[in-house]
Amino acid sequence: MGRLRKLLIPGVDKKLLVRDAVKTMPELTRRRFITTGTSLGALTLLTGCDVVDSSSAEEMLKQVSKFNDAVQAWMFNPDALAPTFRESMITKPFPFNAYYDLDDAPEIAAADWKLEVRGLVENKKSWTLDELYKLPQVKQVTRHICVEGWSAIGSWTGTPLRDFLKLVGADTRAKYVWFQCADKDGYNSPLDMRSALHPQTQMTFKFADEILPRAYGFPMKIRVPTKLGFKNPKYVLSMEVTNDYKGGYWEDQGYNSFSGS
Amino acid sequence: MTSLAVSDHQAETATPAKAIQPVWVRMVHWINAFAMILMIMSGWQIYNASPLFGFTFSRSITLGGWLGGALLWHFAAMWLLMVNGLVYLALGFATGRFRKKLLPITPGGVIADTKAALTFKLSHDDLSKYNSVQKLLYAGIIVVGVVIVLSGLSMWKPVQLHWLVSLFGGYDFARYVHFTCMALIVAFLVIHVALALLVPKSLRAMIIGR
Repeated sequence: MGRLRKLLIPGVDKKLLVRDAVKTMPELTRRRFITTGTSLGALTLLTGCDVVDSSSAEEMLKQVSKFNDAVQAWMFNPDALAPTFRESMITKPFPFNAYYDLDDAPEIAAADWKLEVRGLVENKKSWTLDELYKLPQVKQVTRHICVEGWSAIGSWTGTPLRDFLKLVGADTRAKYVWFQCADKDGYNSPLDMRSALHPQTQMTFKFADEILPRAYGFPMKIRVPTKLGFKNPKYVLSMEVTNDYKGGYWEDQGYNSFSGS
Repeated sequence: MTSLAVSDHQAETATPAKAIQPVWVRMVHWINAFAMILMIMSGWQIYNASPLFGFTFSRSITLGGWLGGALLWHFAAMWLLMVNGLVYLALGFATGRFRKKLLPITPGGVIADTKAALTFKLSHDDLSKYNSVQKLLYAGIIVVGVVIVLSGLSMWKPVQLHWLVSLFGGYDFARYVHFTCMALIVAFLVIHVALALLVPKSLRAMIIGR
């Protein structure tokens, strides 16, 4: 959806288009934004005015969320490491989680896949999986925390993203690394540069010492243990180093964009 | 400040009676009530996304419509709750209100006043003095308020504040602490509102001061 959203119909209000599209989706209630009057009846009664329903409340909440982005960026300590755990503490089975069923998860043929590298980088060459597998890898056992509240401990092995960014000559003064993925509707997510350069942020190729299975994002996911799960994109197709905020699948629907832990 | 000056002036000239609840207490009380309700209702919606127990909260009493909306409310109202709570704690200590109003709390006093309350013999003549049950509940709910904020912060920033998470016995346990504090606050709220309605002049004192 992400790419379509931007390219499909020039001149059409992006927001309205998304809103209309959302209306046609299943799990309507999950995707709906704050303008769902019924559940807010109690508060409307309480305050005696229609603050909650109005777009001004929505606007206010968006502004506070932006403020929270700034506060979190300020709080973020690039040297603070996410706690690591013993292998015996790994959650089994590690949950599959997405906005679609496992049957609908992307099926990517390794031979056809290439990681596209775009934007503010010196070397824009695409990378095959074999080339990526040759890069030095490290393993981490960290806690994956979902925006929904549950968490699970997993084992991820791959190349530190900061090493790869250095290798391709990325301009690390840029604000974001923006990932595009193969999930249905086109998942995407921006990662702020300081989090991208965090020592534990990883281009992940293995889960529990095995080639990353389809359920967890084959051929490559980005593991960011200092972020909530939805900021850990799976089935990655491309990364773009950019100063522009390009939005993200969940970020555009209202999840806080920084969502750091 | 203007309203303070006016009420002082009135106190000197017209009525010598002192306000039972000073204006700063009334202000932080109602701001806290508003922020707490926003936090609880949005918190219930967040809970529904991944319930800890075998039930969810009816959408008719939650705020935000879905997880994303509820999180926006929760992380906006938290500022109001936290800043207002810090003002309350600072003034409570600085003015000596906590010491004067909430201490001492003795087991004997709590038992005696609980008995008196249950047999409707508890006096409400002097609203400026809290009985032992009130002291216990008001002091206790302040502690619960501090714990719910700290456990919430630990879940919001489990990496940056990993020492705080450890203090709560890990991320998963912090969720239960946060939920338990919410349950205690809701229980307090039910009793608190019921008693305020039973003794309406106490409600009046929290609104107009006298």
